[in-house]
Amino acid sequence: MPAMTMIEAIRDAHAVAMERDERVVVFGQDVGYFGGVFRCTQGLQQRFGSHRCFDTPISEAGIVGVAVGMAAYGMRPCVEIQFADYMYPAYDQIVSEAARLRHRSAGDFTAPLTIRMPTGGGIWGGQTHSQSPEALFTHVAGLKTVVVSNPYDAKGLLLAAIEDPDPVIFLEPKRVYNGPFDGHHDRPLVPWSTHPLGEVPDGYYSIELGTARVHRPGSDLTVLAYGTLVHVAQTAADEVGVDADIIDLRTLVPLDVDTIVESVVKTGRCLIVHEATLTSGFGAELSATVQERAFHHLEAPITRVCGWDTPYPHALEWSYFPGPERVGAAMLQMMGADAPSVTGRGR
Amino acid sequence: METDSADAPPGLRLRIPEPICRPGSSEPAGRYLSPAGEARRPALDEKVERIALMRKQLVRVLDDDGNAVGPWAGTATNDQLRAGLRDMLVVRALDARMLRAHRQGKISFYMQCLGEEAIACAQQRALRPGDMHFPTYRQQGLLVASGYPLVTMMNQLLSNDHDPLRGRQLPVMYSSRAHRFFSISGNLGTQYVQAVGWAMASALSGATDIASAWIGEGASAESDFHAALVFASTYQAPVILNVVNNQWAISTPEDFARGAAATFADRGFGFGIPALRVDGNDYLAVHAVSTWAAERARSNLGPTMIEWITLRVGAHSTSDDPSGYRPDDAGARFPLGDPIERLRQHLVLIGEWDDDRHRVLIEQIAGEIEHAFTEADSYGEAKAGATSDPRTMFDDVYEMMPRHLLEQRRQVGG
Repeated sequence: MPAMTMIEAIRDAHAVAMERDERVVVFGQDVGYFGGVFRCTQGLQQRFGSHRCFDTPISEAGIVGVAVGMAAYGMRPCVEIQFADYMYPAYDQIVSEAARLRHRSAGDFTAPLTIRMPTGGGIWGGQTHSQSPEALFTHVAGLKTVVVSNPYDAKGLLLAAIEDPDPVIFLEPKRVYNGPFDGHHDRPLVPWSTHPLGEVPDGYYSIELGTARVHRPGSDLTVLAYGTLVHVAQTAADEVGVDADIIDLRTLVPLDVDTIVESVVKTGRCLIVHEATLTSGFGAELSATVQERAFHHLEAPITRVCGWDTPYPHALEWSYFPGPERVGAAMLQMMGADAPSVTGRGR
Repeated sequence: METDSADAPPGLRLRIPEPICRPGSSEPAGRYLSPAGEARRPALDEKVERIALMRKQLVRVLDDDGNAVGPWAGTATNDQLRAGLRDMLVVRALDARMLRAHRQGKISFYMQCLGEEAIACAQQRALRPGDMHFPTYRQQGLLVASGYPLVTMMNQLLSNDHDPLRGRQLPVMYSSRAHRFFSISGNLGTQYVQAVGWAMASALSGATDIASAWIGEGASAESDFHAALVFASTYQAPVILNVVNNQWAISTPEDFARGAAATFADRGFGFGIPALRVDGNDYLAVHAVSTWAAERARSNLGPTMIEWITLRVGAHSTSDDPSGYRPDDAGARFPLGDPIERLRQHLVLIGEWDDDRHRVLIEQIAGEIEHAFTEADSYGEAKAGATSDPRTMFDDVYEMMPRHLLEQRRQVGG
């Protein structure tokens, strides 16, 4: 089984999808000839031709609006927004159009499209190349929202997203494109080639949307995570010696509630981590879900460690980023150890 | 330092546009009037630079006496023109009856297209059955001219149990893939760029169907309009880009979207898209220019922008009262007249129509409308509680209902 980076796995998923289904077309800024600024579509135009993979004007509203029209026609567009931070001009087309077309037309028209976006921080990208806007999508009825954390999942989930009959937001944390970032920015990145999740099968396979993955089984506490923070949580658990049951949610909507509840019932503790700002973040939804369904099993308050409620900083990136120190301290605190308060809300 | 006021530069000022008339004043005579038959009919592949002036002129076929003149005349047969007259009369009668239904409290909302009937009706007849329209809420003429059942339109308006959209949309936000009428959003302008995408998909698929995008002059200020133009221009998509300039965006005059440009068709020219300005109250001109634009698109010659000059004679919607912002005689004084009357005059002039036939047709249509409404009304109305099962609101959010919606539906009952 070949070892791939997440970039290579995403590229491979595109190629497999385009090979299997001629309705699949791929476009976005710089995705054609050049193959994307992160190279996720490299080689597709050469292999499939410029009618299957092409560049677009710098117009997110245009990219998504055109994709909605193509999907309504019967194609399967898979488009790239160069950075999730740039998607706001397309938000009306995503929220008012793609998400609601099936419902408002009672199934007469549908919008089976995939919108890929590099997301998250950790790359010194400042406020316009680091945001994690997943909650802006999970709040919208009619969208499915995926956040990937590794090459194996990225390929299987992207193939599932492209095949899905409904619009899928596909978020790719760019900090883990080349390796499972452990949260320590001052240490060398471990490449995917040395990680089991960097093993990516050839050819077609898909991972059902709405299924979480137990990233690391444990018994002390549950960590609900997705994207980069799956790996950060594992680092934190290892460093503070907590036997964490780390759940990689993979799909936020639809959410794999059973896997979450099963874990919390087992451990009695639930830590929620995400890079996105705390207030009204997806962690709030997870927290509500856990207390609604596992309240009597909880032995400690549900705790969130998230990005601060500030714009994403440049120079102070590593003070903002919920790294292993903050996550590990929260774990210790939840286990009853004597640790300073480090969670999002002061106590 | 003290500055002598005589030497001080004047302070900066903005221009806040004022409409051509407001309550208490009147439309000045002669606006838009140019001789019928004057505009030339370019070859389909004429370079955009060579027809640049057509974005400033006005293509007109019918003259003041009802003669069809000039190079754009003759694209429709007399049978087609009679069908067009009927389409427009049906739309007008439907609008009138539905406004009455609104006053009767039967429907919650309505939008008429009084005075603009020719544009949608004629373009529908100029296109082919496989072509797809991406309309606004004032193109009911597309549905009528495509033979969409009146009773189905009324079911949608009543949001009753026979509404194909299951009561999910405001009245007039129709959708019919079978009749090539894209689901109306209600958010303005979004459909314009989607039409370009649909046209691109048709071309990528090697099909021969084209798309027709519709927008009002006011909504052309939205960014989706500009995104549509740049994509249509870049990929030379097979799409007709219609801008219906009916002068008013609720109370806001067209000047606010047009800015300092002379015409809306100027927008197309800036993108290298052939752009024409057409008398939208002239059924023959609408049919001719739509046919030309469709042929261009189908011949891989790319998009065409058409600014249709017309007037929204009625209120914006049943929630609007235009007497507060424009003169009551705006319709009567509009220089391009009434599209139905102008086509009727033409058909009579050439001996293809007469007053008796006109009167009989109007009576016949009134009967059809009444018959359809009696049937639709018998299915009930949402306002009187005749709605679908509440559980149906969870249908079609996704193709397969995910767990959280199944759970919520259970809370609604069932």
